[in-house]
Amino acid sequence: MAEVRYRDATRIYPGADEPAVDRLNLDIADREFLVLVGPSGSGKSTALRMLAGLEAVDQGSIRIGDRDVTLVPPKDRDVAMVFQNYALYPHMTVAQNMGFALKQRGVSREERARRVVEAARILELEAHLDRKPRSLSGGQRQRVAMGRAIVRHPQVFLMDEPLSNLDAKLRVQTRAELADLQARLGVTTVYVTHDQVEAMTMGHRVAVLDRGVMQQVDKPRTLYRLPANLFVASFIGSPAMNLIPSSHDGRSLAFGSGRCAVDPVVATQMARFEATDVVLGVRPQGLALGTGGTPAEVVVVEELGSETFVFVELEHLGKTIRVRVRVDAEYSVARGDRTHVTVQGPVHVFGPDGLRLQTRSEADHGGST
Amino acid sequence: MTTTHRERVLTGETVWGTLTLGLTAWFVAAVFFFPVFWMVLNGFKEEADANASPRLFFEPTLDRFREVTTQTPGLLGFSEAFLNSFWVVAVSTVLVLALAIPAAYALSVRPVRRWRDVLFFFISTKFLPIVAAILPLWIIARDLGILNSHLVLIILYTAMNLPLAVWMLRSFFSEVPRELIEAAEIDGTGLWGQITQVMLPIVTPGIAATALLCVVFAWNEFFLAVQLNPVDASTVPIWVTSNVSTRGNFLAKLSAASSLAVLPVVLAGWLAQKRMIRGLTMGAIK
Repeated sequence: MAEVRYRDATRIYPGADEPAVDRLNLDIADREFLVLVGPSGSGKSTALRMLAGLEAVDQGSIRIGDRDVTLVPPKDRDVAMVFQNYALYPHMTVAQNMGFALKQRGVSREERARRVVEAARILELEAHLDRKPRSLSGGQRQRVAMGRAIVRHPQVFLMDEPLSNLDAKLRVQTRAELADLQARLGVTTVYVTHDQVEAMTMGHRVAVLDRGVMQQVDKPRTLYRLPANLFVASFIGSPAMNLIPSSHDGRSLAFGSGRCAVDPVVATQMARFEATDVVLGVRPQGLALGTGGTPAEVVVVEELGSETFVFVELEHLGKTIRVRVRVDAEYSVARGDRTHVTVQGPVHVFGPDGLRLQTRSEADHGGST
Repeated sequence: MTTTHRERVLTGETVWGTLTLGLTAWFVAAVFFFPVFWMVLNGFKEEADANASPRLFFEPTLDRFREVTTQTPGLLGFSEAFLNSFWVVAVSTVLVLALAIPAAYALSVRPVRRWRDVLFFFISTKFLPIVAAILPLWIIARDLGILNSHLVLIILYTAMNLPLAVWMLRSFFSEVPRELIEAAEIDGTGLWGQITQVMLPIVTPGIAATALLCVVFAWNEFFLAVQLNPVDASTVPIWVTSNVSTRGNFLAKLSAASSLAVLPVVLAGWLAQKRMIRGLTMGAIK
């Protein structure tokens, strides 16, 4: 059990121009469940593999607890890893798979058996201890991979998309079990996923990466409510935030045939930019259909049962744009309907550099609420 | 029935197509197997029967097998040749595996720099026809005083099979998912443990196949054996040809000797194929 510190950690693959991970600075607290999330190629897996020791750290350093592990080989880092494809030893039984690392460390046969049975009990694998991986289902294999990590009582768990090979239903179920397990064991965990729902539901904090650069690290709720920039705004939240290139007059932003007011502090910052250099961000929950506002036409209706998302097309700054609006499940709407859209919820303003403009209270709190 | 019908439609197969393919396969197999079958059959015949126009029905006899295995003083005997072959083949095959496994590992799991060139170098040693090299080989062997010894054949058979073994093992090693080695690394194994505890058990079928080929090639090797080793330590192929005589008929006798000579190879093949279960990595990933 330990905290993890990335300090300017950089990885440049041989022959590559751009670093796969570019000066990553990240502090992970003891017992924390930290999720690294980003699209493919964002460097999230590389960052994890650097911590595992499977990938070299070209610049900067990584610490686990009070030990600098930058140059320590994987076997001496005291970390356990769960791989995306599980990487179970096919020639060993479940028990042997789980006990393998302990055997390498010279743990006695009795102690090994005791810890394997204990882990198997936690993961409900007791009945399968003598079976080979090939006779297990996908979910069981995933749990064996987890078990292999648990029995070691390591300082840090590393998980590289461990749920991505499970079917949707099992994934949701295992997600909750895994979060619960991590809380019970209290082991610092770094978890990589491309699935922002997984990131939001499991992580104590979530670090968003894009093209090797960390964009923002914060609690899931903060990422959702106060995204630092356009990338985080578009990546976090499902369905995604509507991001609409707009124009400002120093006080408000254009939306459709109307305007929407912004916070005075934001407006002051906004006034520094060219009139058309701003992007308006509003989540589907922040828009409403009704009788007043900008005229719009319904083009797609997505009924999820609990709620409905409606794509509408409207005229905005001389162009036809498409935005997504959340409505209640009872709301009756069909393709081709003529309606009106109004902005009701929180409005975000992004400057030409992609950064979100902060209100005074946010700035005072350093961006976290 | 409907599913099989649909599958056939989907794969474009017809009953006639399947039948034609099946018959062709059986025909080709028969063409290949017939000479072997005829050889074994001849071994159980009298010389007169073997040399007469082909007859399927005859009085089987074990006399030819007795003849070829009877030791004639001063001449190369059956048991001597088999023992010589056994040692040469066994030792060279073990040597080949001991050298090829680390080489294949270094060329697949953790590729050394310029591994493609290294791989090409291995196979390039096979480019020179052995006939072109035999004179220098003979002179070197003579100067080293190892003509007519087991050692010269062990060295040459090891060198002969090594490139092939490295190539074969490399491709088997490459099929092992990288994550398995990484998992073993994180689980605390060093290089030796990764090879012996994870890699080798998984690629056992590949090693068995490679060993079998080495055994077959070394067992049947004739040219080097006859040039460098004609008197002492003669191997089975030389013993087989010693049954060719200039006087009288020898076809049945030669067939009997050849049948005995192929037995160990057939046995080795049978043993190896028991280890060649496919899909040993099943369950490792996903």
